[in-house]
Amino acid sequence: MNAFAQIRQSLIIALWFMFITFPVLVVRVNTIEKVVEWRWLNMIYVGIGSFLISFVWRYFLERKAQGGKEDTHPAPATATEKPFMQRLMAEPRLYRPFLIVLSLFGLAFPFLPFASTYQINIVTNALLYIMLGLGLNIVVGLAGLLHLGYVAFYAVGAYSYALLYYHFGIGFWVALPIGALFAAIFGIILGFPVLRLRGDYLAIVTLGFAEITRLVLENWNGFSFGPSGIAGIPRPGLFGMEMDLHQGTIYIYFLMIALCLFTIFVVNRLQNSRIGRAWVALREDEVACEAMGVDPTTAKLTAFALGSTWAGLAGVVFAAKTTFVNPASFTFLESAMILSIVVLGGMGSIVGVIIGAFILILLPEYLRAFSEYRMLLFGMIMVVMMIFRPQGIIVGIRQIYEFKKVAAKEGNRQ
Amino acid sequence: MMEPLLDVKELTMDFGGLRALDKVSLQVLPGEIVALIGPNGAGKTTFFNCITGIYKPTGGNVFVTPPGKKQRRISGMKTHRVTAQGMARTFQNIRLFPEMTVLENVMIGRHCRSRAGVLGAIFRDRATRREEKDIVDKSYAILEKMGLAGEVNELAKNLPYGAQRRLEIARAMATTPFLLLLDEPAAGMNPRETDVLEELIRRICTEENIAVLMIEHDMRIVMSISSRIYVLDYGKMIASGTAPEILANPVVIKAYLGEEDVDVPAS
Repeated sequence: MNAFAQIRQSLIIALWFMFITFPVLVVRVNTIEKVVEWRWLNMIYVGIGSFLISFVWRYFLERKAQGGKEDTHPAPATATEKPFMQRLMAEPRLYRPFLIVLSLFGLAFPFLPFASTYQINIVTNALLYIMLGLGLNIVVGLAGLLHLGYVAFYAVGAYSYALLYYHFGIGFWVALPIGALFAAIFGIILGFPVLRLRGDYLAIVTLGFAEITRLVLENWNGFSFGPSGIAGIPRPGLFGMEMDLHQGTIYIYFLMIALCLFTIFVVNRLQNSRIGRAWVALREDEVACEAMGVDPTTAKLTAFALGSTWAGLAGVVFAAKTTFVNPASFTFLESAMILSIVVLGGMGSIVGVIIGAFILILLPEYLRAFSEYRMLLFGMIMVVMMIFRPQGIIVGIRQIYEFKKVAAKEGNRQ
Repeated sequence: MMEPLLDVKELTMDFGGLRALDKVSLQVLPGEIVALIGPNGAGKTTFFNCITGIYKPTGGNVFVTPPGKKQRRISGMKTHRVTAQGMARTFQNIRLFPEMTVLENVMIGRHCRSRAGVLGAIFRDRATRREEKDIVDKSYAILEKMGLAGEVNELAKNLPYGAQRRLEIARAMATTPFLLLLDEPAAGMNPRETDVLEELIRRICTEENIAVLMIEHDMRIVMSISSRIYVLDYGKMIASGTAPEILANPVVIKAYLGEEDVDVPAS
């Protein structure tokens, strides 16, 4: 009974689209031959296309609404039958073989026949974004602070290495912790003025901060060499070994794998610690969190500092990988990209961020043919995600505690 | 005479030109269950927000004397510091951390009694592991007392209403307070649930030796449980005393029901 209404709605939408695209897609004035072309066929395409898209869209919305209703009713029953993805992540028996295959592939990847320098490079790039995503995940996903200026700290890391090398000849391995430290200090400096802000306001201030950083780098010629940037930054060394371009790429690939594993390890430990719980509580309810004795100032500042540290680390690696930095690499688009990775993957979920980074960084590379429509596609994915799965691809799961032992002890006592 | 745990002296709170609290004084002695009642909008929750540091009072003083310690002034202190002193509260409209598990909610309460930092979290040294185990065990013990041990891994938002109320009390208990501030703990409960709650509050007071100051509208529980009652109306403390005294007090009756002999306005 509802189908008829749906079809009618879709028809109206199709007609409306045909009407508004009429001047652009149907009428064409040929100024040379001074004739007007009427391309009626285009109108039919627009009509059919918008009708189908609208119909499919409505169908899915309808299903979502129904699904929501069904979900709420038998909630206790479904709790035991967890969705496949959650089971996959919760049970070692299921995820172990998966992990082994994945790590073997990760190790073998640069030596596989199809892995050209270009291929390795884009995967390294994806790994870099995993690191950035996980870093931002601390601020946005765990502490719930909407941070739109993350790229500023990425820039701080990259420029730290570039300038340290330029002025003092400091190498990659020394610059790595220094860059991270600088970024952390910058994070705290930004953290102080925004402590009182939340949500939209925080987003605007962090966005402004990132733009200020970029503009300073662009215009302060004496310090950062302006838009022309700094070139000739050395790649990371390995005990002074000489490496050609391909070997160097492989080396950075493994370096990034190691750094990503390190990041995953640290973020995983953090999120199930006293500090991590305080962050999540802060995200959930700031007033209650403070009333329970958590100092929101410290919690926010540590979140900013740690998130920025990872941006700094990634920045140093970025500078070493591209051997060149300039302000154009640190535009707002980068911040938006990293934030999209976190949101698409699932806020607060490590696996989600990793999947999000691979999708958003690798997909455009392999879909070069559609590069003109990349941003369009990007926007569409985001809109569809926000409507149908706002919590992201993978939902962050909370730590489960087993209490059989304690219960037994209590039993003995009685 | 016993030193009062909480001693509020002439607390005043102005919001712009509006005086929400006018020289309110109140004391809670050790082992007491004190109720704060008053009509809607009397300033009861504002009073809680002032003494817990969510609002900064514009006048007056608040002192606490933790058992075995010296008296301290807490007015103007930040909320988390007040909690660390040993005064924990619940909220009128339940404010749990909905996406965290029941156990984690309580574990947050242990935050101010533990100290592991970022490095501890990353390296998980022995001190941190021991502390973490202590947090988990203590939190679980509290949940057992509150009858929530079966739902430790459930998300807080999935609990039924009554259990959420109990969880909020459990979370406050985890901060090991000497004084518990309950803001309308029985709101929205049916009579049976209220009875369970009453029993629970009594047990907290006697077994855990935690004094209770509660705001409540349900007169049944207020009259049966409280050692003393304070009545707040339009920001002024209009009466205080035991339950029979309050019930007989004409000022209180006037505040709740209006004038006894209503003048018919001449039209």
